[in-house]
Amino acid sequence: MAIALTLNGEATEIDASPDMPLLWAIRDVQRLTGTKFGCGIASCGACTVHVNGEAVRSCQTYLGDVEGASVTTIEGLAGPVAEAVQGAWKDLDVVQCGYCQSGQIMQAIGLLTENPRPSDADIDDVMSGNVCRCATYVRIRAAIHEAAKRMEA
Amino acid sequence: MTLATSRRGFLKGIAATGLVVGLGPNGAWAAGNSDGIVVNPFVTIAPDGTVTAILKHFEMGQGTTTGLATLIAEELDADWDQVAIEFAPANTQLYVNTLFGIQGTGGSTAMANSWEQYRKAGAAARGMLVKAAAREWGVPEGEIAVTKGVVTHGTNTATFGDLVGLAAPEDVPAEPVLKSHDQFALIGRDKLPRKDSAAKTTGKAIFAMDVMPEGVVYAVLLRAPKFGGRLTSFDASAAEGMPGVVAVKETPVGVAVFADNTWNAIQARDAVTAEWDFSAAETRSTEAMEADYAAALDEDGLVARNDGDAAAALEGAAKTIEAEFHFPFLAHSPMEPMNCVVQINGGKVQIWDGSQFQTVTQGAVGAVTGVGPENTAIETVFAGGSFGRRANFSADYEVEAAFAAMALGSGQPVKLVWTREDDIRGGYYRPMVTHRIRAGVDAEGKPAGWHSSLANKSIFTGTPLEQMAVHDGIDHFSVEGVADTAYALPNLKVDLRSMESAVPVLWWRSVGHSHSGYAMEVAMDMLAEAAGRDPVEFRRELLAGKPRHLGVLNLLAEASGWGAPVPEGWGRGIAIHESFNTVVGEVAEVSVRDGKVKLERIVAAVDVGTPINPDVIRAQVEGAIGYGLSHVMRQKITFTDGEVDQSNFPDYPPLRINDMPKIEVHIVPSTEAPTGIGEPGLPPAGPALANAIYQAMGKRVMRLPMEDDGIVFA
Repeated sequence: MAIALTLNGEATEIDASPDMPLLWAIRDVQRLTGTKFGCGIASCGACTVHVNGEAVRSCQTYLGDVEGASVTTIEGLAGPVAEAVQGAWKDLDVVQCGYCQSGQIMQAIGLLTENPRPSDADIDDVMSGNVCRCATYVRIRAAIHEAAKRMEA
Repeated sequence: MTLATSRRGFLKGIAATGLVVGLGPNGAWAAGNSDGIVVNPFVTIAPDGTVTAILKHFEMGQGTTTGLATLIAEELDADWDQVAIEFAPANTQLYVNTLFGIQGTGGSTAMANSWEQYRKAGAAARGMLVKAAAREWGVPEGEIAVTKGVVTHGTNTATFGDLVGLAAPEDVPAEPVLKSHDQFALIGRDKLPRKDSAAKTTGKAIFAMDVMPEGVVYAVLLRAPKFGGRLTSFDASAAEGMPGVVAVKETPVGVAVFADNTWNAIQARDAVTAEWDFSAAETRSTEAMEADYAAALDEDGLVARNDGDAAAALEGAAKTIEAEFHFPFLAHSPMEPMNCVVQINGGKVQIWDGSQFQTVTQGAVGAVTGVGPENTAIETVFAGGSFGRRANFSADYEVEAAFAAMALGSGQPVKLVWTREDDIRGGYYRPMVTHRIRAGVDAEGKPAGWHSSLANKSIFTGTPLEQMAVHDGIDHFSVEGVADTAYALPNLKVDLRSMESAVPVLWWRSVGHSHSGYAMEVAMDMLAEAAGRDPVEFRRELLAGKPRHLGVLNLLAEASGWGAPVPEGWGRGIAIHESFNTVVGEVAEVSVRDGKVKLERIVAAVDVGTPINPDVIRAQVEGAIGYGLSHVMRQKITFTDGEVDQSNFPDYPPLRINDMPKIEVHIVPSTEAPTGIGEPGLPPAGPALANAIYQAMGKRVMRLPMEDDGIVFA
């Protein structure tokens, strides 16, 4: 049975069970691999995507839940917030292994969309669900502040 | 003049593929096109001017792609923006790690073993371009300048792309002259951008998890729930009819469940039941293991070092300290769970893998499939972390994937994926260790004697490197950081009990130093206190004659404001430790409120020899501190009746952004050969924190994780 949704701005039908986590539908069915599998239980944030503009864990969001919704993955990012975040990430060389960074970036865009001038405490609140085993946290924090600055400019 | 485009075509076939330079199979420098005389070079230059650095080391985040590319670009005088990267194929002869004797990455050796080799490759390519330009322009080679990818002489100008065709027939300089440190334009530059940042901030970087070749079948494996358990029977009847299930097959390593996507495979595995024979399995609980360690420590161990007479010195000491440190098993848990793709077809095997030990994987997979290493090809892709996990002499997950592909027998690519639960319960842990220390000072406050007793499981026993690492029953890596301590300790005794268990163990970021650094540096703090001495002064005296250590210690004391008062309720602690030929010192500052500890700041100083990329060095120290703090604060692997108690991040809690302290990294200037930086930032972090906690709270933390020793973090 096919589920209809908007994926990265395009009307898409995904031929998979409504019980399948969105993560696996995106990766194994649609072959969009920027969204990562890290824990499968919404404990690490590597699978973060936007559903109707809100950052969610795609491993605990089911395909049936997003019927008719607009889903954006890292491959479909556009707009000034995304540009500021990805630009700051690159210029500060945040990444190490890079595996969690799609999820970090999707979460950071979610944060800055809601709150364009987050404090350190705001960053802790919103970003503490995203694990980075390389512990790039010092730079993630700096890049979020930098992106906030760029959004103002 | 600018060389005409048409001139490039005069050597047929060269212009199309570009100039390649590398070390030929006979060890001589040689050039040719990539389809011809020399394959698998270190550097290629394409007709469009793109310089590609071919990387013999994989990238797990440690920055080798950037570091190796820097070495080539430096000596080639390339513009940083024209340099691309590519992972080398598996070919031990061409891409050997000269410090290992195999193609592989680890032990913080990537830059150390490539330092001359990659610079020579860049310099040789530059020499050929210069020769070609000199011939073309009729001018002496010595008068030609190369700057940021442009070759000039007077009014003559050419790009690398212009010269590729002309340079290809030139002899490759056998011993190209390398730059001196004062000539470096890229090495040591403070902000040279990483080569992998763009791909990793757009989701375009390809990890093994992202490799799904045409016809791929997804697999997960049902493994024994206790290490050493063997499959006796299984029932897959409930799984076989489930959606997308392709097959369920027995393999020598467990029951493989194949499906049309990862999710369906995971679901179907849950429906498979199996019976196991645990007669050779580990069936103890952690408490029983600790009791066995304690009993072993009450007996004599094998002596790893014995200077003077520690027993007599301790007997006569004015003051003594005693400490018993407990370190748990630890899983590496990189963000990308283990996985790879293996295809067996027509007597050949193709592997897609974030491959850390290519030679080992070729050998192991070549053996189990019967095709031999020469017919086992590996495409190395980005690795989503490793911390030691992917460097495995049993090539465990690649061999599992090969067994799965053999069991399926269809010739399709098989993608074997570990879930996070598989990862945390899957073994190859940092070994559990107990380390007892008795040390004393004389009446003048100088160290009199030191006795370290360890119980630990050997990492190397039973591997092909056993002969290298294990001598007279002592695995050097079980006692490293203790038996080879940099401190001038009179009357030093170190002894070891090697414990047996079916729990597989492995190096984990910084290997033995991950525990020895903690025990040594906390005990050193206790000894300094017993002597009534300042911890920095006490250490400085014991490191006299060690200029690198003293350089780090002095820079650290100055940068951290050592000696300045801390705010009420705060504590400051120091630790310094050498590992992988790199010296790192760290000062931690904690605040304590309502009994809860918050790590506020860590200041680090490092001596890594020549700093190739200071920003990557800072990033590695930041990351090593964060990775180390995860286990120091909260993580442990424990057992109940042989089964692992933990399963995923909620009960194996990694450090999160709210736990991360502010970090400052200071680099000692040096023109010595570069050493490693992937690991050495880790060992001092834990003891610096422990020593700061002691200053703030008066409690010595001797059991890790600290939460098991009564420490509550804010």
